[in-house]
Amino acid sequence: MTETAAVPASPPISDADPFAAENLERPEPLHRRLREAGPVVRLSRYDVHALARHQEVHAALVDWQTFQSGAGVGLANFRHEKPWRPPSLLLEADPPHHDAPRRVLREILAPLALRRLCETWQAVAEELVETVLAERGREFDAFAALAQAFPLRVFPDAVGLGPHGRENLLPYGNMAFNAFGPRNALVESDAHRVGDLSAWVNAQCAREALSEDGFGARIWAAADRGDLTRAQAPLVVRSLLTAGVDTTVHGLAAALYAFATHPEQWQRLRARPDLARTAFDEAVRWQSPVQTFFRTATTDVDIAGTRIREGGKILMFLGSANRDPERWPDPDRFDLTRDPSGHVGFGMGIHQCVGQHVARLEAESLLTALARRVTHLELVGEPRRHLNNTLRSWASLPVRIRPAG
Amino acid sequence: MVVHNLLPATPRPTPGLSLRVRAKDVVADGVVSLALDHPDGGRLPDWSPGAHIDLMLPNGTTRQYSLCGDRWDPYTYRIAVLREPAGRGGSADVHDRLMPGDRVGVGGAHNHFPMVPADRYLFIAGGIGITPLLPMIQQAELAGTEWQLLYGGRTRASMAFRADLTHAYGERVHVRPQDEFGLLDLAAWLSEPLPGTKVYCCGPTPLLAAVQEACAHWPDHSLRTERFAAAADRSESVRRTPFEVELRRTGRTVTVTPDVSVLHAVRRAGAEVLSSCEQGTCGTCLVPVLEGTPDHRDAVLADHERAASDCMMPCVSRSHSDRLVLDL
Repeated sequence: MTETAAVPASPPISDADPFAAENLERPEPLHRRLREAGPVVRLSRYDVHALARHQEVHAALVDWQTFQSGAGVGLANFRHEKPWRPPSLLLEADPPHHDAPRRVLREILAPLALRRLCETWQAVAEELVETVLAERGREFDAFAALAQAFPLRVFPDAVGLGPHGRENLLPYGNMAFNAFGPRNALVESDAHRVGDLSAWVNAQCAREALSEDGFGARIWAAADRGDLTRAQAPLVVRSLLTAGVDTTVHGLAAALYAFATHPEQWQRLRARPDLARTAFDEAVRWQSPVQTFFRTATTDVDIAGTRIREGGKILMFLGSANRDPERWPDPDRFDLTRDPSGHVGFGMGIHQCVGQHVARLEAESLLTALARRVTHLELVGEPRRHLNNTLRSWASLPVRIRPAG
Repeated sequence: MVVHNLLPATPRPTPGLSLRVRAKDVVADGVVSLALDHPDGGRLPDWSPGAHIDLMLPNGTTRQYSLCGDRWDPYTYRIAVLREPAGRGGSADVHDRLMPGDRVGVGGAHNHFPMVPADRYLFIAGGIGITPLLPMIQQAELAGTEWQLLYGGRTRASMAFRADLTHAYGERVHVRPQDEFGLLDLAAWLSEPLPGTKVYCCGPTPLLAAVQEACAHWPDHSLRTERFAAAADRSESVRRTPFEVELRRTGRTVTVTPDVSVLHAVRRAGAEVLSSCEQGTCGTCLVPVLEGTPDHRDAVLADHERAASDCMMPCVSRSHSDRLVLDL
């Protein structure tokens, strides 16, 4: 990688590949170089501009007028390239089309609307933790046993999915999040499953496939009221299934990894279980399960003196913004005494993660149950990453725990 | 501009989002339009057509006005205000006291009148009820959706934005002042239900009632209305004096002055409250309220949730009562 000195009006150039295996495995060194290179860096390999500092990333995220999502939030520019599936009505849409689907989903997933799930999810979390401790003993893979298991227990039920085929959810999400990157080996390795996985997911979005009391049924009820069209309803359900599973799995894994590597923070949480929500957001800041998203300039725009042409793609490094030392003192530390408010791990602005309250409720349920039953949590082997073009993912998280009393 | 400053507005600290009146123009008989911006030149909270803001007026009352500007300009809120001689003084305050350069407290934006997808729109405005429909028309244009506007008012001169609309959209705009045409001929427009058409109506209560009746045989959910008379009636005054917030679990009490948010005040007192957007839109900072009556300014809670007074978004919301007790 080379970063040449800036000549007037042209940004530093980097030939780094953020989607190369070594950068996905360990993105921090690249993030640091990009942040230090300047507020805007041109990535010559993909002919896009990149933002890696908190201030610019935050500003671009909220400015939907200048930085649109409708041309795709991956590298592919939907103005010239055909999307791999019909675009999302939420993630890959701009106002005015974005408004109605967003409003419907925002209301269904609002904090107060989730209250009815609290007790159930707490009970499921406690039961899961008991079972894991009873069956797996003191050493187990916390990624599979907890981070994957818990969302897969509660979320598909909350959506109202049937019992069959749920094993397709994670591979589908993995594929969708790979697709935001370049067509590299990660995308190629999914290629043979696109048809099958998409067919299964699309079939689950139909009204008949959904139970009568879940998020999915509520989306269809909104279509009955005319708040959405009937053609939009299945695509809004699809958004839940695409964006609601892998993200929380890797978010929970981030929190478990954080605690397993910061024993003093685990003791702090045990002493103050009400910190569970803050702890989860701090883990989301620290690991940024969603690492990157693109935007497209709707007009010629200057960012910190760099001209970006209309139609140009801009890569926003959320993970880097969340560790920008200009914004966060001692940013590489996972620290429950820190106030993580204002991190961009869920995005910001009109596209900010509509399911963030669902993720927080899942995390709060699981972490609280775990803190009650586990006095010590530590790594017992090298955790393994799973590589994905967008998600900071895990393959395993071997831990040793000490159960309470 | 022919507005005279009869009563000088006294500069007082304004709670919450404090915007500057950038421009004030007479746009029809008895109607002024205000352009509001942030004194720091920053972006204003996002909104969508049908949304309104709370305006906290110099006389201490709160009035709600539909945003009628262009959401693609994130730096300006535009509202239009009809002088209502029979009102409680809110509109007179805007007309007579609020001047360019003044600061005014703003809450919102909230939207109880959202635009939903349709094959066609029929917009029906009565008088100042045109305001929420203006951005809807802009949006129907952007979406390439067919639309018509039926616009009634007392007289041609009283109908705000009439000339602009006619100029921009020609024969899709049907201007029907009452002194020339009588009451709107709703039967002609609504007798035959048009599946796929959504009817958006805003105006005085008798017009809404008439449109409701005329649409009775339309498919369910075809008609969407906003009652601006009722909306403008919200009269609780905004507190400009400090109030106390007790943090029940922490055991501390903090005084919240008008120039600081509840969120910042409780954080200063040592409470840990997670937040994100700090504009009342994301819902992250929701805290349970144990006692007292919050003054809700967020865009997250529904009306019945606001009325329950058992939680609030401290990043923008404040207090009606002298004391709030939070579960913090």
